[in-house]
Amino acid sequence: MESFEPQDRSPSDEAAAALTVEQAVANLTHSDLSLRYYAAWWLGKFRVKDSAAVAALVAALEDESDRTELGGYPLRRNAARALGKLGDRRAVPGLTQCLMCEDFYVREAAAQSLGMLADASCIPALLPLLHGGLAAAQSVPGRPHLAQPYEAVMEALGMLAAGTDWQAEAIALIRPFLEHPVERVQYAASRAMYQLTNEPQYGDRLIQALSADDINLRRVALSDLGAVGYLPAADAIATAAAENSFKLFSLKGLLERQVDPSRSDLSADAVRLMDLMDRLL
Amino acid sequence: MTDLSVSSLIDAVEQADSPERLIQAVQSLAAARSELSIPTLIRALGFNNPAAAAAAVQGLIEMGSPAVRPLLDSLDDYNYGARAWSIRALVTIADPEALAVLQAAAAHDFAPSVRRAATKGLGALRWSLLPLSQQVAAQRSAADILLTVTQDTDWSLRYAAVVGLQALGLAAVQPTLRTQIVDALQQLAETESDLAVHARVRRAMVQLADVLSRDRDLDNLPLLP
Repeated sequence: MESFEPQDRSPSDEAAAALTVEQAVANLTHSDLSLRYYAAWWLGKFRVKDSAAVAALVAALEDESDRTELGGYPLRRNAARALGKLGDRRAVPGLTQCLMCEDFYVREAAAQSLGMLADASCIPALLPLLHGGLAAAQSVPGRPHLAQPYEAVMEALGMLAAGTDWQAEAIALIRPFLEHPVERVQYAASRAMYQLTNEPQYGDRLIQALSADDINLRRVALSDLGAVGYLPAADAIATAAAENSFKLFSLKGLLERQVDPSRSDLSADAVRLMDLMDRLL
Repeated sequence: MTDLSVSSLIDAVEQADSPERLIQAVQSLAAARSELSIPTLIRALGFNNPAAAAAAVQGLIEMGSPAVRPLLDSLDDYNYGARAWSIRALVTIADPEALAVLQAAAAHDFAPSVRRAATKGLGALRWSLLPLSQQVAAQRSAADILLTVTQDTDWSLRYAAVVGLQALGLAAVQPTLRTQIVDALQQLAETESDLAVHARVRRAMVQLADVLSRDRDLDNLPLLP
C-alpha cells in the first residue's frame, strides 16, 4: 500500500530517462538529491536484486542530506520501500532501525517492507509501535496520519508472528485495534487477527466490511480478504459493489490457497473460484 | 409498439433535463425493443451517466445482431467510457461481425477491464452466424490474438486469454485448431509462473480433453465438406 504524502516528489518525465543498474547505484550518492531519490525508486521498481544495489540502498537508510521542510527523509522512505521489493534479508537490520526514525513515512515504509521480507527477527521492534493501544493511536495534529503506521505494523505482524514466540503478545496488542474508530485500522487488525488465530470471526468481519458505504473501504476489504485467502468470502467478494478488477484480484488470492501445483487434480473449491473469476472478466 | 410512440420515447431521451429523467427515459426506450431506438441508445452510452449507459447497453444487447453494425460504425475513439460500454455490448451479443473490433480491443485497448472483456469474448462468438466457409478463417484469426495475449505481462489478461482459448477450443470447427490450442495450453502449463493462471490452464485442458478424444474417434471421417 503506497501512502500519499504531499511532500513526496514524484520522478518527473525527463528524470525517468533509462538508467543502468550501475548508474542507479552511483546516483544514490549523487550531489543532485533528486537523482538520489529517483534512483532509489527505480531500483525498487525494476526489482534490481544486485547485491551492490542492496548495499547502497541500506546505506541510504541513514541518509541525512535529503530533508523536507517538516523534517522528513524522502530518500530514506524510497530506499525503505525499494528494499521490501528486492527480497534480500540483509536489509532487515537497517529497516528494523528505521522503525524508530522520527519520520512517520520512513517507519511506515520500513514496516511494510519488513512484512514482505518474511524475517521474524524484526518482531520485537515492531511490537512497541502498538504500545499505548487505542489511547495512543490518535491522529497527529496538522498531519494526515495517526501517531504510528498502525496498519502497516499490524499487517507485518500478521504475516510474520504466527508460530513465533511473540505470537501471543502480538495478538494481545492487536486485538484492541479491532475497535479503533478508523475503519481501515479495524480492517488491518481483523486481517492480522485472522492470520494469527485462524478464527473465522475475523474473516467474517472483513466480509461485513464489503458492505461499507465508502467504495474505498470496500476496496480495502477486498484486498485484505485476498491477502488472507479467506475462502468463505468467495460469494460475497463476487457480488460486492466494486469494480470487477478489484474483485478479480481478491478472488485470485483465495484461489492461490486452493491450488497445489504438485497435484494433478483441481479441488472443487478451486473450480468454483475459477467459475466466479471467469464471470468477472 | 408504433413508430410514432417510439419516436416520442426518443424525444424524451433527447429532452431529459435531469439525470433521473434521463435514466427513466433511456429505460423506457430500451424496453420498447424497437430497431428505431438503436442510434439513440448508442448515443446514451456517451452521456457519462452510468445508470443510463447500463440501461442502454441492456437494451442494445436485447436487440442482438441488428445492433451490431450500428455499434461498430459509431465506436467512439475519443470517449473511453462510451467505447468500453460498446465493447461490452458487442461481447455479450457475440456476433462474429465484431471480430476485428474485439481483436483490436483485446490486443491494445487503453483499459485492462475492456481488454479482459474483449479477450474472453473473442473465444465465445456465435460462430454459426457465419457461413461455414468463413468460420475456419475467423476462428483462426481469433486464436492468433488469444495466443498473443497469453504472453501479456498482466496476469489477468493471460487468465482471460485462457478462458477465451478454452471456449474457442470447444467451438473449433477444425480439429487441427483444437489440437493447436491444446498444444499451446500444454506449453503454457509448463511456463506459466502465476499460480492462478496456471490453475486456469489446467482447468481448460481438462475441459478440452473430452472433445479432443472425440476428435480422435472421428479421425477418419471428413468433418468439413
